[in-house]
Amino acid sequence: MKQARRNRTKPSVRSRFGAWGDNHARALLFSLGKLYRSPVATLLTVTVIAIALALPTGLLLLLANLERLGGGLESSTTISAFTTQQVQDSAAARLAREITDWPEVGAVEFRSREQALAEFRERSGLGAALDALDENPLPAVLLVTPTAATAEPDALAGLVERLQALPEVEFAQLDTLWVQRLFAIMNVGRRGVEVIALLLGLAVLLVVGNTIRLDIQNRREEIVVTKLIGATDAFIRRPFLYGGLWYGLLGGGLAVLIVSVSLLALQGPVSHLAGLYDSSFRLSGPGPLDVLGLLVAGTLLGLGGSWIAVGRHLREIEPS
Amino acid sequence: MIQLQNVSKRYPSGQEALSGVSLSMRPGDMAFLTGHSGAGKSTLLKLIALIERPSRGQIAVNGQNLANLRRRGVPFHRRNIGIIFQDHHLLHDRTVFDNVALPLVIAGYRPQEIGRRVRAALDKVGLLHKEKALPVTLSSGEQQRVGIARAVVNRPPILLADEPTGNLDPDLSREIMNLFLVFNQLGATVLIASHDLELISTLGKPMIRLHDGRRIDATDTA
Repeated sequence: MKQARRNRTKPSVRSRFGAWGDNHARALLFSLGKLYRSPVATLLTVTVIAIALALPTGLLLLLANLERLGGGLESSTTISAFTTQQVQDSAAARLAREITDWPEVGAVEFRSREQALAEFRERSGLGAALDALDENPLPAVLLVTPTAATAEPDALAGLVERLQALPEVEFAQLDTLWVQRLFAIMNVGRRGVEVIALLLGLAVLLVVGNTIRLDIQNRREEIVVTKLIGATDAFIRRPFLYGGLWYGLLGGGLAVLIVSVSLLALQGPVSHLAGLYDSSFRLSGPGPLDVLGLLVAGTLLGLGGSWIAVGRHLREIEPS
Repeated sequence: MIQLQNVSKRYPSGQEALSGVSLSMRPGDMAFLTGHSGAGKSTLLKLIALIERPSRGQIAVNGQNLANLRRRGVPFHRRNIGIIFQDHHLLHDRTVFDNVALPLVIAGYRPQEIGRRVRAALDKVGLLHKEKALPVTLSSGEQQRVGIARAVVNRPPILLADEPTGNLDPDLSREIMNLFLVFNQLGATVLIASHDLELISTLGKPMIRLHDGRRIDATDTA
């Protein structure tokens, strides 16, 4: 060198490590600032992401609520024990009182042959056909409600067997078939919602990827300049990745809001409906885990989308 | 500091921009690269900054053979070179301070150090009072000086400039050239492409003449 060289100290290791953190913090804030400076475009993108996240989340929450409701129905199930034709109402009523004393039985409702006939006549509209019959074809029914402790499937099956074994009982049946059907239908629904969630997750990935791709194109000049003055690929990538992360996180946050407000809007009509069934059922909104899940899912999808865009498009931009 | 051996550059279009050019600059040298437009001045600078790769021949910068430098090494190579462009390539959405700070941010300096060095660089080009201004509010002479401050803020051992005075009137041009002389005095190796013969002939520095991609001056060294 010609003369005493200028002080050309490189940053120290410690300074570099701290600077690494600085660089990340700077990129994080810088990318957030970018979004803040174009609020309309940001809001549009975030809203699209939020709707795509909120739709499957809302459906899954509704399914979870239905399952909770179904679970309640299953535990409050009853067993119908039909008496044989020979058993008279008086004998059946005596039997009902007897069964009430069984330890696994909570309550027994006795429905006489006449009551059964009247009910059938009223509900089926086949009154004329019944009039043509000489005698009442319907047996008396004992509606047996098990105690809460007997609500498990095994104990219930045992109780059904014990009732079935009684000589006066023709046939005892657990009324859970429709609950099982409901659950089967809900399983179909759940699978459907999962497919929708998968597709909408892909949509979020593409929306973020496309937004970041446009952002990269708009800042082509800036990328070229920073490459010319020695920026590494990682340095250039960083603000775009954080941009995607913000989109996802904000989208997730807005999705939480959309789901909560939607469930709140449903709460009134659902309470009314439940009231008609003498139930105090209430919709449960997204819990802390659901909220966390939405935010994490949004963040990961945003990061993933920007990663795809950055990987594809940053390399193409070189100074010339 | 900068060595070219028999370097040729042929673009995919078939156009041969440089043919068998050799040159050698020692640390602290300063030289001007002259020639008609299209003579290969810009191409030569691009080869040194690894914006382009040579088709034939060897280039060594700061003892490093550029042929051995992979893609990952390019950013670190460029940090040793301050590049000044004719159209200064400033970022228009950032202040003068942020523009000049960019190389330091990229190299990983802490904020206090960045502030100190940016102000020192702006002071050298006489724009300390403009640090908060946006580039568009500056005159083109001032913008060029911001570009120079950005190129020297990292104190690179090599400065390359491509027509740095191309858009400036003679007085401003002289001012800019004087800045380069100062940085050369401070030890930097400076190579400037310019066709402003009238100005550079007064500065007493060697000239490397290119014509149609070939060297036409007598000596092999600058």
